[in-house]
Amino acid sequence: MSEAAPLSPREGAAPGATTFVEPGTPVVREEELTISPRQLMWIRFRRHRLAYASGIFLIVLYLLVIFAEFVSPYGTTTRNQDAINAPPMAVHFFDAEGNFHLRPFVYAYHMEVNPDTWMREYDEDTSRIIPIRFFARGERYKMWNLFYTDVHLFTTDEGGYIHLFGTDPLGRDMFSRVLYGGRISLSIGFVGVVMTIVFGITLGGLAGYLGGITDRGVNKVIEVLQCLPTLPLWMALSAALPVHWSPLLVYFGVTIILSLFGWTALARQVRGRFLALREEDFVMAARLMGADTPRVIRKHMLPSFMSHIIATATLAVPAMILGETALSFLGIGLRPPVVSWGVLLFQAQNPLVIEMTPWQMLPGLFVVLAVMAFNLLGDGLRDAADPYSTGGMK
Amino acid sequence: MRSYLVSRLLGMIPTLAIISVIVFTVIQLPEGDIVSSMLDRLQAQGVDVTEEYVENLRSQYNLDKPMVLQYFYWAGNFLTGDMGYSILFNRPVNELVWERLGYTLSITISALVFTWIVALPIGIYSAVRQYTIGDYLMTTLALVGLATPPFLLALIFMHVGFTWFGISTGGLFSPEFEDAPWSIAKFADMLAHIWLPMVIVGASGAAFTMRILRANLLDELNKPYVVTARAKGVGPAKLVIKYPVRIAINPFISNIGLMLPALISGEALVGMVMGLPTIGPLLLQSLLNQDMFLAGSLLMWLAALVVIGILISDLLLAWVDPRIRFE
Repeated sequence: MSEAAPLSPREGAAPGATTFVEPGTPVVREEELTISPRQLMWIRFRRHRLAYASGIFLIVLYLLVIFAEFVSPYGTTTRNQDAINAPPMAVHFFDAEGNFHLRPFVYAYHMEVNPDTWMREYDEDTSRIIPIRFFARGERYKMWNLFYTDVHLFTTDEGGYIHLFGTDPLGRDMFSRVLYGGRISLSIGFVGVVMTIVFGITLGGLAGYLGGITDRGVNKVIEVLQCLPTLPLWMALSAALPVHWSPLLVYFGVTIILSLFGWTALARQVRGRFLALREEDFVMAARLMGADTPRVIRKHMLPSFMSHIIATATLAVPAMILGETALSFLGIGLRPPVVSWGVLLFQAQNPLVIEMTPWQMLPGLFVVLAVMAFNLLGDGLRDAADPYSTGGMK
Repeated sequence: MRSYLVSRLLGMIPTLAIISVIVFTVIQLPEGDIVSSMLDRLQAQGVDVTEEYVENLRSQYNLDKPMVLQYFYWAGNFLTGDMGYSILFNRPVNELVWERLGYTLSITISALVFTWIVALPIGIYSAVRQYTIGDYLMTTLALVGLATPPFLLALIFMHVGFTWFGISTGGLFSPEFEDAPWSIAKFADMLAHIWLPMVIVGASGAAFTMRILRANLLDELNKPYVVTARAKGVGPAKLVIKYPVRIAINPFISNIGLMLPALISGEALVGMVMGLPTIGPLLLQSLLNQDMFLAGSLLMWLAALVVIGILISDLLLAWVDPRIRFE
């Protein structure tokens, strides 16, 4: 929405008035408006509706997983013996007699063992209504490992249960596990990208700024890394993580492995930008005024391509998420009891399991949604990062 | 052209050398070595192992030498065509690799071709009919295709095949052909099975290529020469095919280098999910069992496939696009 941006016509340029204009300054006519590059980027980004929506979706998703303890009704290990492999529940407002309830409710499971297959089969027990309580007391948990509380976003009364995404073979609530799993999967993407940025800027910057042999060396490394099939190498490295490591160490191990091969695209871009900017007048001016190299890079060069870095970094997140998911899915990344989307999908490897309990694939849906949102957001950011080009705005 | 070819071929050597160092380092990372995992296995079977036997084994595999020497033994043997011995399978690595490399290669290449066959018409359609329902549908499909990990796609396909068509979609052969010698019937059986992994592995590549083709073609279609041609009455089909598509199609070749690593990674994953007789599942097994000669050779071969593929794509591009100069 362009109205949101303050558009101030430049003053003191009334027609006919003879004001001293510095040579080189473009003469600004009244109808021209000044908008800072940042505002331009924001306007362009807002116009990319899909990217904007993806951004909002991702913010919501991250908020959900950050407050997973509060949002989810149960912990990752809480088992409901009455609901083993139970299907997702539907939330109702109207009961079986057609009466409207202001408070949404779910029906309890009605379980029968199929005499032919010996499988448990569930349907809704319309005689047992379980009302959903919001901001009510439920299972006790430790918020962010800091303090104990038992208030949940939604839960049920004592004796009731709610499984929006169904349960797994141990009777654990899939909704809660997807949220907790998202915390790991989504944060690996983020932490990994931060490391990628550090690697990318350092190496790409060195190559671009110093040039010569450093440039050639870094380029060769990038060339080699880019033609390596990443997944097999990730597999080899993950398999090398010692078995006795704690879950936290494995988490960081996997993150480092993922970013070890992910920095090349960013480094290439940073290098290209450095090469181009090195020749710019303002960089020369800064250097002539006595700024040392770190200062030139930090104060003059980095700000002018930070937006590109952010866009590229956003586009690098999906690869990280997919990498973690693939590794954990194969059983060589994160391992239970740690819960991530890949770990959850590990249970769904068997076609028979999917056949019987298709809701075990729900974590996969979240992977697809998150990756898609990051791709779209990255596209939008990349277009917006170059506010003076016309690409993509036709 | 010839000097370009030679320089590119020579350029491959350091690349492969660096890759071999990386691969060797990676397979040395796990604690313990091939002999200690072998000893574990023997001891689990209740076999008493003497100190002498262990020393013999170590020297047989050159494990008592310094690391650098070990690397040269490994690389040297690899170059002379001896990839060592797989303890896991009790067979030479050579046999295992040759058995499976062909399948990996055929799935990867057919996936690449599938990528083009799908991306070309869809990309052209999407660009020519920009912002129509068809375009939105195709771009959305491409977005979903890009975001779906291949193993998830494999699971979904297997699920659909199982529930809707009642067919088991794993593997490359029907059971009766599994161990049969090669014949026309076996080949036909393989063709009947290979399309599924091909589609799954190629899906995200197709989405990627289609998006690039669409973007390139859109840039091209707005150029003055197209407007001129249209004004002069060139028919709509010829208008698009004659020049814009020919220019926009370059990424089909230049992207081989970008796509090959992804295709091979995807093939490895899909192979594991669908139980294909390819390199991927073998690699996972060898890694989990610390069969490092096997793992190293497989990694090396996968990387070499990509390097060779990129070389071929560069040569093709130079041949197709006269604007590329041989420096």
